[in-house]
Amino acid sequence: MPAPMDPLVKLDSRITVGSTEDHASHAPLIEVKDLSLWYGTANALDHITVLIRERVVTAFIGPSGCGKSTFLRCLNRMNDLIDHVRIAGSVHIASQDIYSHEVDVIELRKRIGMVFQKSNPFPKSIYDNIAYGLRIQGVRDRAALDEAVEKSLRDAALWEEVKDRLHSSAMGLSGGQQQRLCIARAIAIRPEIILMDEPASALDPLATARIEDLILELKKEFTIVIVTHNMQQAARISDFTAFFYLGKLVEYDTTARMFTNPARKQTEDYITGRFG
Amino acid sequence: MSKVAIRPESFDTQLRKRRRWQRMLLRDENLAWDIRRVGVDLPSSVFTGLTGGATLMIVGILAFILANILWNGWSGLSWRFVVAGTTEDMFDVNKAGVFPMIFGTAARVILMTLFVIPVGVITAVYLTEYASPTSPVTRIIRGAVNNLAGVPSIVFGLFGLGFFISFVGGHLDRLFLPGTAEPVWGKPALVWASMTLAVMTLPVVIVATEESLRAILPGLREASLALGATKLQTVVKVVLPQALPGILTGGILAVSRAAGEVAPILFTGAAYYMAHLPQSLTDQFMDLGYHVYVLSTQSPNIELTRPILYATVVVLLGLTFALNVAAIVIRSRVRQRLRAMH
Ligand SMILES: Nc1ncnc2c1ncn2[C@@H]1O[C@H](COP(=O)(O)OP(=O)(O)O)[C@@H](O)[C@H]1O
Ligand SMILES: [Mg+2]
Repeated sequence: MPAPMDPLVKLDSRITVGSTEDHASHAPLIEVKDLSLWYGTANALDHITVLIRERVVTAFIGPSGCGKSTFLRCLNRMNDLIDHVRIAGSVHIASQDIYSHEVDVIELRKRIGMVFQKSNPFPKSIYDNIAYGLRIQGVRDRAALDEAVEKSLRDAALWEEVKDRLHSSAMGLSGGQQQRLCIARAIAIRPEIILMDEPASALDPLATARIEDLILELKKEFTIVIVTHNMQQAARISDFTAFFYLGKLVEYDTTARMFTNPARKQTEDYITGRFG
Repeated sequence: MSKVAIRPESFDTQLRKRRRWQRMLLRDENLAWDIRRVGVDLPSSVFTGLTGGATLMIVGILAFILANILWNGWSGLSWRFVVAGTTEDMFDVNKAGVFPMIFGTAARVILMTLFVIPVGVITAVYLTEYASPTSPVTRIIRGAVNNLAGVPSIVFGLFGLGFFISFVGGHLDRLFLPGTAEPVWGKPALVWASMTLAVMTLPVVIVATEESLRAILPGLREASLALGATKLQTVVKVVLPQALPGILTGGILAVSRAAGEVAPILFTGAAYYMAHLPQSLTDQFMDLGYHVYVLSTQSPNIELTRPILYATVVVLLGLTFALNVAAIVIRSRVRQRLRAMH
C-alpha cells in the first residue's frame, strides 16, 4: 500500500500540483498518485498524478474519449461497478486511501456527490428525489426531510420554480431544471465533494449559464470537480484546470495561467482550438 | 369515382403487365429487373391472402368452439349450479353444483401466484442485477429456465409428486410428526399443487421480469448508487418499482397458463370428490379442469351429465377470464401510478 502523499512535497510542480501561492488558503483535499486504469486490456488512464484543493472548482478538460469521465469515476469508485476494470496507483481523500480495504464504498459515496452528463432524476416526485439520499440513510422525520428538501432546492436555485409542485413528477421539469434537481439531490446529503461530468453539455445556453452561476455559488461550501469539453466553460467557472489527452494529464495549473500562459505546446494548441 | 372509371384503368394495367411479360421474354437485359418487379407484386398479394385466411380460420375456430360450449352449456348453467356444492349427486344436472371446484381452482391459482412471483422476481433480479452475464453459473441458470419452459406439464406433475410430496412432505412428516400413521404433509395437497404450478410457470415470470429490468435506464441505478445507496436499496427503491408492470405481466401470463392446466395437479392435489371445501393448505381440493375430465369419463348417466359438463367448461373459461381481468386491472392501476411519475 502506498504511503499517503505529503501535500507539502512539491511534485513536478506545474504539472501535478498547480500553482499554490494564490490558493494557499485552500488545503489539498484529493491526492491522486500514479493512477492508471485499464478497461480489460485497454489503457484509459496513464499514471495520473494530481492534487485537488478544497472549496475551489477544478475543471478537467480535453477532447472526448481522453479519459475525463473515467478519471472522475475513480474518485467515488463508480468504476467498481464495471466488470474487467483494473486500477493501479492511489487516491487519497482527506488523507484516507479510498481504495484501501477498510474503506466502505457506500460511506465514501455519501461524502462525494455526483452529477451526471445526462440528467437522471428518478421517476418519482421532486420531493422524493431530493429526499432519496436522506431516506436511504434512515432519516424518517418529516420536518427534517422538509427542511433538507427546501434548503437543497434553494441552494440549487430551483426552489422558486418548484415550490408549488414539490409532489408532482420530476420528469415534468425542463432539461435545465432536471439537471439542477440532480444537483439539489446530490447536495441534499451534504457531501464534501461534488463531481460533475459535463453537467451542462445537453443544455441550452441559458440553462448552462444558470448551472455555471450555481457552481460558483456552491464552491463556497463544496469542493467541485467538473469535467467539461467546453473550454470557455472551464475558463469561466474554474480556479484550476487540468488538461487531459489520451489518458495522460498533460498540464495542470491555475485556470488563469492555463489560459494565458500554458507551459506545454499541446495545451496551447488545444486551448486555442487548433485540435480536439 | 364511379366504377366505370376504374375498369378501363385496370384493363390498362393488365395490358401493361402482359406487355411487360412479353418484353421480359424478348429482352434479356431487362429480365432481372422485370422479375423483381413482378416478384414484388405477386407474392405480396398471395401472402396477404394466406395470412388473412389463416387469421379468419383461427377466429372462426375459436367462435365455433365458444358457440358450441355456450350452446350446450346454457341449459346446465344457473345460479344454483355456480353456488351449490356436490353433496347431492355430482353427475345430475338438477342437483350438482361447482362451487367447490371454483373455490379450489381459484385457490390454487392465487396460491401459485404468491409462490411464483417472489421466486421468479428474485431469480430475475439475481440474473440481471447481481450475476455477471458471462459467468458459467448465470449461463446454467438461464439454460435451465429456458428448458423448464419446454417441459410437458405432466412431467411437472410427476416432479411435484416425487419432490414436493414424497421428498419435502415426507421429510416434514418424519421430522415434525414422527409416529403419526396418516401422512399430513406427505400426501397430495393444495400447497403442493400450487407449488408444482409455480415451478411450471417460473420461466414466464423470470423472463418477463428480466425484460422489464433490462429496459430500465442504467442512469437511474448509477444515480442511486452515487448517492450512497447499497445495491439492495437501489434494487428495492428504484429498480423494482419501475419493473412492476413487467412483473405483473409475467404474473398474468402465469395465471393464464396455470388456470386451465390439469396435468400438474393430477397427482399433487386435485381430488375426484370431496364432501367439504379444503380447510387448510394440506387438504386436497376439487378443481374445475379435473372435474371436466371426471364428468366426461365417470358419469353413470351421460344424458343427465352432458349439460353440466358443458356448463362446467363455461365456468372454467369464465373463471380463467376473471382471474386474468383481475390481474390486468391491478397492472393498469400500477401503470397509472407510475405514469403519473413519468
Ligand atoms: N465501460 C467502459 N468499458 C470499456 N471502455 C470504456 C468504458 N468507458 C469508457 N471507455 C473507454 O475509455 C476511454 C475514455 O473514456 P471516457 O473516460 O468516457 O472519456 P471522456 O469522458 O473524456 O470522453 C475511451 O476510449 C472509452 O472508449
Ligand atoms: Mg465523458
